[in-house]
Amino acid sequence: MNGWMGKILRVDLGSGKVSVERLDPKLAHDYIGARGLGTKIMWDEVDPNVDPLSPANKLIFAPGPFSGTFAPSAGRYDVVTKGPLTGTIAASNSGGSFGAELKFAGWDVVILEGKAAAPSYLWIADDKVELRSAAHLWGKDVPTTTEMLYAETAEDAKVACIGPAGEKLVLFAAIMNEMQRAAGRTGVGAVMGSKNLKAIAVRGTKGVRVADKDGFAAACAETSRKIKEHPVGGTGLRLYGTDVLVNILNSVGGLPTGNFRTGQFATADKVGGESLAARELQRPRGCFACIISCGRGTKVLSPKYAGAGEGPEYESAWGFGPDCNIDDLDAVTKANYICNELGLDTITMGSTIACAIEMFDRGIIGTAETEGLELLPGNAEAMVEAVRLTGMGEGFGKKLGLGSWRLASMYGHPELSMTAKKQEMPAYEPRAIQGIGLNYATNNRGGCHVRGYTISPEVLGVPMKVDKDATEGKPALVALFQNLTAAIDSSGACLFTTFGLGAEDYAAMLAPLTGEAWTAEEFLKCGERIWNLERLWNNRAGFTAADDALPPRMTQEPMPSGPSKGAVSRVPEMMPEYYAVRGWSPAGEPTTEKLRELELA
Amino acid sequence: MGMMLTIHPEKCTGCRNCELACALEHEGYFRIKASRIHVYAWEREAFSVPMMCQQCSDAACVSVCMPKAMHRDAETGRIEYDAAKCIGCKMCVQACPFGNAAWDALTESILKCDTCGGDPACAKICPVGALEWADPDLAVQPRKKSFAAKLKTAYAEARS
Repeated sequence: MNGWMGKILRVDLGSGKVSVERLDPKLAHDYIGARGLGTKIMWDEVDPNVDPLSPANKLIFAPGPFSGTFAPSAGRYDVVTKGPLTGTIAASNSGGSFGAELKFAGWDVVILEGKAAAPSYLWIADDKVELRSAAHLWGKDVPTTTEMLYAETAEDAKVACIGPAGEKLVLFAAIMNEMQRAAGRTGVGAVMGSKNLKAIAVRGTKGVRVADKDGFAAACAETSRKIKEHPVGGTGLRLYGTDVLVNILNSVGGLPTGNFRTGQFATADKVGGESLAARELQRPRGCFACIISCGRGTKVLSPKYAGAGEGPEYESAWGFGPDCNIDDLDAVTKANYICNELGLDTITMGSTIACAIEMFDRGIIGTAETEGLELLPGNAEAMVEAVRLTGMGEGFGKKLGLGSWRLASMYGHPELSMTAKKQEMPAYEPRAIQGIGLNYATNNRGGCHVRGYTISPEVLGVPMKVDKDATEGKPALVALFQNLTAAIDSSGACLFTTFGLGAEDYAAMLAPLTGEAWTAEEFLKCGERIWNLERLWNNRAGFTAADDALPPRMTQEPMPSGPSKGAVSRVPEMMPEYYAVRGWSPAGEPTTEKLRELELA
Repeated sequence: MGMMLTIHPEKCTGCRNCELACALEHEGYFRIKASRIHVYAWEREAFSVPMMCQQCSDAACVSVCMPKAMHRDAETGRIEYDAAKCIGCKMCVQACPFGNAAWDALTESILKCDTCGGDPACAKICPVGALEWADPDLAVQPRKKSFAAKLKTAYAEARS
């Protein structure tokens, strides 16, 4: 095959049995790869009501057709499984070189089943696949594990692993590849930990084939040009990283502050991308085949928070910063380093600490519950310690490791958890920006910004400016962005390529790569198919229209201050139109007509 | 003397587009293990360095090559590899102190940067200018000047 490698690797972790299957070309076309293909396999093979941390859940690693080629900023992979934080279908995607290396080893999909009897790691060297003991790696942090695996497999192997957080089944544990890149959200790292799988090391010597070499090179040159000429894709992200958004969101009153109590933070600039560039940035970094370079190679010199690594991203800086009323950049970056080292999702970690801080502030919990941790707004030292405790599964960290919804419910205040479907909402205030709230409420993995990033039109004016406070047209906009992103994720491309590219551009690269006919319409239809299949999965897992909701604070408490003062999220009034636009019943279920149209019925 | 490939590791983001462009140019598909350029990363420090043939003046690979497959082109000054003359003894692989000549078992040939005949695909695709196709005399000038600027700053600070 061209683009795809044509093979699926299946490993039964219980018996160590390895089998090889052919990738069905029709399935590859209909679901593209990565997130889409992984979801289709989950749909065919796993009961949506499975306990996510039981051996019956499966863990799927899948790159996309672009991964391993020079399609610009398109070398990613997805981890697909049932997420323990949300109970929804989960797909978490990550950059770096790991996904491309899986392709070079010859695999489009790796399906992991069952549970290993003892801590193990998987070593994939092309067709040679071996389940090895990880007894000596258990308990080790991510950088140490990664380096030990380089030493005992191959110097140029690529490693995806969990840290102590995944081993301890922290419900928002991440899977980290090449130390610094995270498949962060929905707790995919806990699923890996539940399977006693510490790591996958992979080294490949094969290559990704191209149907029309010159046509593909020309298409990629054109898409590269479009991204480079775009002010965000070509310039902004390289200079200041994603953290450039702190000041932008703060200026419109859309920067959630103090556990979403308000939308503006007076000293936000101190943790913004400009401050990061001036104080800690060593150099921009890029994932495999990236031309955008939003990654931040950073170093903190202040002795209390000293360290080096990558990040923080915008959402991480926000979560450990303004959402906890903290403006100490070094502390924020340190919290981010600890998440990378111990294997935690920064968004849920930050927002869960913010929730605990609000409960502490209101006297719902005290030092007796936090085991001495003074979780007051603005207490940077306590915040950093809370991250460490969570990753190590110690003290109050054991409760923080459940995420904010379970934590707040434990003390009788689920309304203080800023989550949708039990996953923490990222750094964009739904009261200040109407579309993003609708995306959170309807998102197939709960509170998530990247699967329907309406911030582009609503705040950044990309590809066109729309009124962030309006609800008119938002259901259609949200559905379009959700469908497009489902297809982009499945192709292996980074979401940031949309700073320059549209559906027709991905089709223009897929056609010469695969030798198949691709149009913008077909690409978007695949995205819609994937979105609907994820929805079917969630409905079958017991989710209903009642779950398409935001925390009551967003819909009932008007924004108390700032440029968006007085606003509430109008998600409930947008929902009927969203279901109609989607071709779903008023109960939020895809209709038979829609399923037929998408060849899902 | 012709142009040379110069590396600026401080600019390298580790994206490996150079490896991809090299593989497509020479192999016709994305088999980057056969790339003539490789990027080495230190992930803890978020630092990367691209490595490829330096076209040495006193080239070990040329000295050890019995059938003279590895030879210097008089016109361009670059080290060229003539696959037709190669006997596959791999002495060049062992002799290169930088590891910049490699044996490819799949094609049974030596992998070494040929600068794409004087128009290197890696430098063309590099999104950040970490690889530069430049006149060897001039390629180091900006670096010299940036170091000179540090001295200038140091003197200015010492005086104030």
